[in-house]
Amino acid sequence: MVKDPVCGMEIEEGKAYARREHGGQTFYFCSPKCEATFAADPPKYAGERPRGHGQHIPSATTGVREGVAGPRRVEMPVFGLTCDKCVQAVEKALRGVPGVKKATVNLANARAFIDYDPATVGVPALERAIRDAGYRTEGAKARFGIEGITCASCVTTIESALRDTPGVLNASVNVGTEEAVVEYLPSVADFPAIKAAVGSAGYKVVEAPAPASPDAADKEARAREREYRSLMRKWWFGAAVGVFTMIMSYPWLFPVLRDWFPRESPQLWYIWAGMGVAALAVLAYSGNQFFIGACQALKHRSANMHTLIALGTGVAWIYSTIALLFPQIFPASEFTEVYYDVTVVVTALVVLGLAMELRAKGRTSEAIKKLIGLQAKTARIIREEKELDIPVEEVLVGDVVVVRPGEKIPVDGELIEGSSAVDESMVTGESLPVEKKVGDEVIGATINKTGAFKFRATKVGKDTALANIIRMVQDAQGSKVPVQRIVDVVSGYFTPGVAILAILGFMIWYTFGPEPRIAFALIVAVTTLIIACPCALGMATPMSLTTGVGLGALNGILIRGGDALQTAQQLQTIILDKTGTITHGKPVLTDAVVTGGFREEEVLRLAGGVEKSSEHPLAAAIVEGAKARGHSLPDAETFDAIPGHGIEARIEGRTLLLGNLKLMRDRKIPLDGLEAKATALADNGKTPMYVVIDGRPAGIVAVADTLKEDSKEAIRSLKDMGVEVVMITGDNERTAKAIARQVGIERVLAEVLPQDKAFNVQKLQLEGKSVAMVGDGINDAPALAQADVGFAIGTGTDVAIAASDITLIKGSLRGVVLAIHISRATMRNVYQNLFGAFIYNIFGLPIALGVLYPFFGILLSPLLAALAMSFSSVTVITNANRLKRWKPPAI
Amino acid sequence: MTVDRIVVDVVGLALIGFIVWFFWLKKTKGVRAPLTSAGYQEQMVLVKGGYTPDVIVVEAGKPVRLNFVRQESASCSEMVLLPDFNKSAKLPEGETVPVEFLPKQPGEYEFACQMGMLRGKLIVE
Repeated sequence: MVKDPVCGMEIEEGKAYARREHGGQTFYFCSPKCEATFAADPPKYAGERPRGHGQHIPSATTGVREGVAGPRRVEMPVFGLTCDKCVQAVEKALRGVPGVKKATVNLANARAFIDYDPATVGVPALERAIRDAGYRTEGAKARFGIEGITCASCVTTIESALRDTPGVLNASVNVGTEEAVVEYLPSVADFPAIKAAVGSAGYKVVEAPAPASPDAADKEARAREREYRSLMRKWWFGAAVGVFTMIMSYPWLFPVLRDWFPRESPQLWYIWAGMGVAALAVLAYSGNQFFIGACQALKHRSANMHTLIALGTGVAWIYSTIALLFPQIFPASEFTEVYYDVTVVVTALVVLGLAMELRAKGRTSEAIKKLIGLQAKTARIIREEKELDIPVEEVLVGDVVVVRPGEKIPVDGELIEGSSAVDESMVTGESLPVEKKVGDEVIGATINKTGAFKFRATKVGKDTALANIIRMVQDAQGSKVPVQRIVDVVSGYFTPGVAILAILGFMIWYTFGPEPRIAFALIVAVTTLIIACPCALGMATPMSLTTGVGLGALNGILIRGGDALQTAQQLQTIILDKTGTITHGKPVLTDAVVTGGFREEEVLRLAGGVEKSSEHPLAAAIVEGAKARGHSLPDAETFDAIPGHGIEARIEGRTLLLGNLKLMRDRKIPLDGLEAKATALADNGKTPMYVVIDGRPAGIVAVADTLKEDSKEAIRSLKDMGVEVVMITGDNERTAKAIARQVGIERVLAEVLPQDKAFNVQKLQLEGKSVAMVGDGINDAPALAQADVGFAIGTGTDVAIAASDITLIKGSLRGVVLAIHISRATMRNVYQNLFGAFIYNIFGLPIALGVLYPFFGILLSPLLAALAMSFSSVTVITNANRLKRWKPPAI
Repeated sequence: MTVDRIVVDVVGLALIGFIVWFFWLKKTKGVRAPLTSAGYQEQMVLVKGGYTPDVIVVEAGKPVRLNFVRQESASCSEMVLLPDFNKSAKLPEGETVPVEFLPKQPGEYEFACQMGMLRGKLIVE
């Protein structure tokens, strides 16, 4: 009995349908189907290559190089094969390479199967032979980091391990960057195989760091959660000790305790001593981060919040302990009170504040988490005519990806088969699904709604639109709002300044204060140290900025940094580029006027038919327009383009003349009333073209760049916000004015050459205005850069537009309005926070120093100070989080 | 004025003087980031209550890579910002996070945590 290598059926040798020799072995088949399957790809079934994906590299998995076992077989895709002759040419070229034992090329699946001796020849030589024969093999490129490269000799080891992997065309390792670049045939080798090869050489692949993976976000969330729980434990411990210390510090206030622990009684002394130990435990456990932080900062000769808290609680504890142990050094018994309650309760409250802060902070960066969470995890791709589910990181540029209804599109690409509606709201903010047909761009992380389609991946990994968006948002969140610089200067002096104030307070109260002077002086100094809150000051702007930038990203607006955000709220003038910004930037057929008894259908059909042969951009608009109106277009018999005038053609046996007024004059065509109609159309910003059939004027077709649906409303909103709107265009005055009239713009800069746009922006800036420019980011790049804020209208996946300060992913002017709203809301929030933080410190510090005492007898307790300080930083973060609930106003 | 008052005031003034000198009059020379074979001026920076080293000297026009390692859990230092280069990075505890940029103009640039409590300086020559 033998086994059919394809289906696995046990058959008798004699009864087998067919028999085949392969690689010195005989195989038996149960049916013609199995034989054919085997014939298509013998190595797969002959056991030379284990079945399944990602395991065909003996060198890596067994540690034995394949070459040792004899000739090796490689399968290479060959592109450009069209005929049997090509097959022979490739086979001949391959057989001509020394070391190649056998080469067969399969025309049907465009593959070359080559048996070769790896000792004499390598895959690169084979590839070269195919290329020399005039055909291509297509390799994919992968770049990844390798851990543990220490010397130049490692490089050779890794490189040869990689090159020995079937399917790898070339590999180079850079010792400096610890990176490898591998060119490989995705049909033969895959990324896990390459990884395994590096592993077999004794090194580890570090994947190119993704901008941010969901794992990283999870990890961060977990770390936060851990920190939060540890802080809460510290708080409960501090709070439990705190209640006890608070009560026992003032036993004379409580009816029963008053009798048990009278002042200066030994039992109270013991209780207090116990409290001292408990307070020390609280400092060591709940307050350890303050002391560690303070020490670390001191090493750098700097001071921070930790320094202040550590000083405050530490001083209170040391004073109390001295008073407890050596009461004799104090002149009177009222000095010997203890302040362990201050130590414990302040520590506990500040820890609680930190915990609440952490919770609130976690919510601030939710936007980025949402974006990261959008990434698809797997992709279904077609390789070797099979559909495979692979991790999205392994999708290569050029892979064909299959997307079914309801699925997430894994990477960016171009649709090649099928059509569908895609929900792009998560990336562009556009709420309606977008229709996609062959040739359209699809954006990764968007959701396919209705139809199934295939697309070719064009951008993968860190190049996808989403990855760029995430990176831009992260960078922007890390930037600074210009007002922050003032804060930075202040906070540089803040902490040591507070320490100095505390000492001054102590000196003044000790020198001039009422008795018990030392007690008052101590309370004042400790309260001052504790009430000062550098945190609120430091967090005021970053928290709002993070929220604001995130808010923009979720609405399809990418803000590059704090500068843009701050400038955008105070814009006075906005310059809008006409083409592509206010309008679609693509001419379409808008009007068809007929005269002299011609029917519209006839005119459009013939004009469209003729224009099919033309390459003029306006021609395409007429063809599209005629088709869209349901006409089938005949072919022109003859076609003559008259440059600058129009065209002359024969179609369906009739002569047709299509062109401008000049052409009509030259040919002396009587236009009758048509000329007035043409002028009217031109006044509306359209381009009219006369159609003359058989020498008789038949009508006018007009083409125009149409307005985007929401341009008008967006411009009105901008004006309502008090912003001057200016239109800039290279078009002639008449067209420009017509468009401007339609959208309600008064000021028009027409006939501006592209290279003069930046200069015009500058001219407006010289009027003393802060000017924004809205354009397409390519032609308008210099103008965008010149403007105080450059808005680039994005086109699908191209979001990282260098010249812009703000990128609008959805190509609508509404984005400009929204961006200004967001920047205003964010900056308002920033100012609120800054105001709060400054006011808090400006009033808090003097009160803590006892300014109110001479007048009202009010002195702040350190406990209240701790409460206020924790509360102030939580308030700042809460206010920043409030911004997240901001809803875009109806535009 | 009694003796104890005078003593307290003198000690207080001395302390203030010490604080001014200690925190504000410090002059750190800084560490020069060495040029590695990769062509980067590379420097490891330990993040623990502050940045060590906190003054880094680099040359203008050559790419800089700062490798931050955060060895504490306090959430204060979980981000590092280089606002002048529009760079920022999350620093997960215990992980080395490289931040790369190209300083073009000589000058002094700050890097700091999100709240500006921990600060460091980059001197570009």
